[in-house]
Amino acid sequence: MTRAPAGAEVIENGGVSDSRTPTHYPEALQDLLDTFATFDDQAERAQVLISFSDSFKEVPKEVATRPFPKDHLVPACESEAYVWAVMRPAGTMDLYFAVENPSGISARALAAMLTKTLSGLPPKEIATVSPEIVERLFRQNISMGKGMGLMSMVGAVRTLAQRAQGIEPKPASAIACPE
Amino acid sequence: MPGASSPGLRLPGGGYTSRMSTQAAAYAKPDILVSTEWLAGELQNPNIRVIESNEDTLLYASGHIPGAAHVDWTADLNDQVRRDYISRDGFEKLMSRLGVTPDTTIVFYGDKNNWWACYAFWVFQLFGHTKAKVLNGGRLKWEKEGRPMNRETPTFTASTYKAPERNDKAIRAFREDVLKVVQEKGQLVDVRSPDEYSGKRLHMPDYPNEGAVRGGHIPGAKSVPWAKAINPEDGTFKTVGELRKLYQEEQGLDPAKPVTAYCRIGERSSHTWFALTYLLGFPNVRNYDGSWTEWGNSVGLPIEK
Repeated sequence: MTRAPAGAEVIENGGVSDSRTPTHYPEALQDLLDTFATFDDQAERAQVLISFSDSFKEVPKEVATRPFPKDHLVPACESEAYVWAVMRPAGTMDLYFAVENPSGISARALAAMLTKTLSGLPPKEIATVSPEIVERLFRQNISMGKGMGLMSMVGAVRTLAQRAQGIEPKPASAIACPE
Repeated sequence: MPGASSPGLRLPGGGYTSRMSTQAAAYAKPDILVSTEWLAGELQNPNIRVIESNEDTLLYASGHIPGAAHVDWTADLNDQVRRDYISRDGFEKLMSRLGVTPDTTIVFYGDKNNWWACYAFWVFQLFGHTKAKVLNGGRLKWEKEGRPMNRETPTFTASTYKAPERNDKAIRAFREDVLKVVQEKGQLVDVRSPDEYSGKRLHMPDYPNEGAVRGGHIPGAKSVPWAKAINPEDGTFKTVGELRKLYQEEQGLDPAKPVTAYCRIGERSSHTWFALTYLLGFPNVRNYDGSWTEWGNSVGLPIEK
């Protein structure tokens, strides 16, 4: 179930949004992307991704407890990832994730990176995030089966940020199956 | 190997087969599978090399069975220029790096219910390394049982490995072979998802489209999605009775006749090839690794929907 901490509002998820690429990203995310752009070595990139995965912290029970509501389940993600967004009184948004698949290393890494770089920002800034960041972060470490789910995680975050602004997201098809 | 018996594995504590289930013993070649319990007791055995092969390239580095080596299906098993597998020279170099000799027993395991482990196993068979086994349940079962894993990348003393030329004839099918099977109304198994088989999709659910321009299946192919051969809760293979029902009773596959399995690029179908060959004992099974990415793009080849 989902709970909103005092003074906070949980944004209901309902799908994923479109995948337009913004002209710029929030500073922390852009810094992270710039850092990843310097990695030439697959093993080095893998170690950093695993470090992020290790740092992943699951959604606190103040926000949600098992069984997690399916409307927070990220579509098309085989790692069974869930996402929550909680509005704070200052008008900023905090992100929380759960990843139920014990082999969901990539999903945990991405969740940790999204939390680290986007949590605490206004929804308007978070809504600029595009699924294209997945390729820039994971490059050759992204597997066939993981890419779609990871892009869907980013899309779900974007959806929540748009909903928090009263914007109804576009249909999910562009993210779920880009052909 | 000390105290070894056929097929070269020590019979631990009363015998290898005693640790396998009765159903496992009923497989055509029961010793092709090893249990997690058995492997846990053999991790220090220098005559055994454990090899992990996954779809997810982060998994091995995030933790693996202690002492296990990593084989990357794209970087290690495929030619990096042509669409083909590595040559004899490439295989010898790979085996040398892994510290493997022709006498080393290799135990494959991996994610996705051993899908990629079976693919690596199949490629190794192209070079005749028959001292090879698959960990029943793979990474999923090992993890679920809370068995040890670590992140230490083992280093091995380079070995000298003389491999024969790759022999594709026995277990690998090419486009012309498959066309002949179609013309002669032979046995084909399409192991992709039902939507790929019907032509509704050109790729697996939740996977990107990798370029087939036509959907459908090879005429006459039976649809048996590969994962029907495993128990999803722990990744182990289904019992011989369940497998017989799946392939022989429900689909009418005749073990006495040749079978060709295919999927998208030959990885899922190597899992089915393994089940038919070693668990059901079909004597003549080939894997068509060109699969749908070749057939669905080829001009003029027949397609059914």
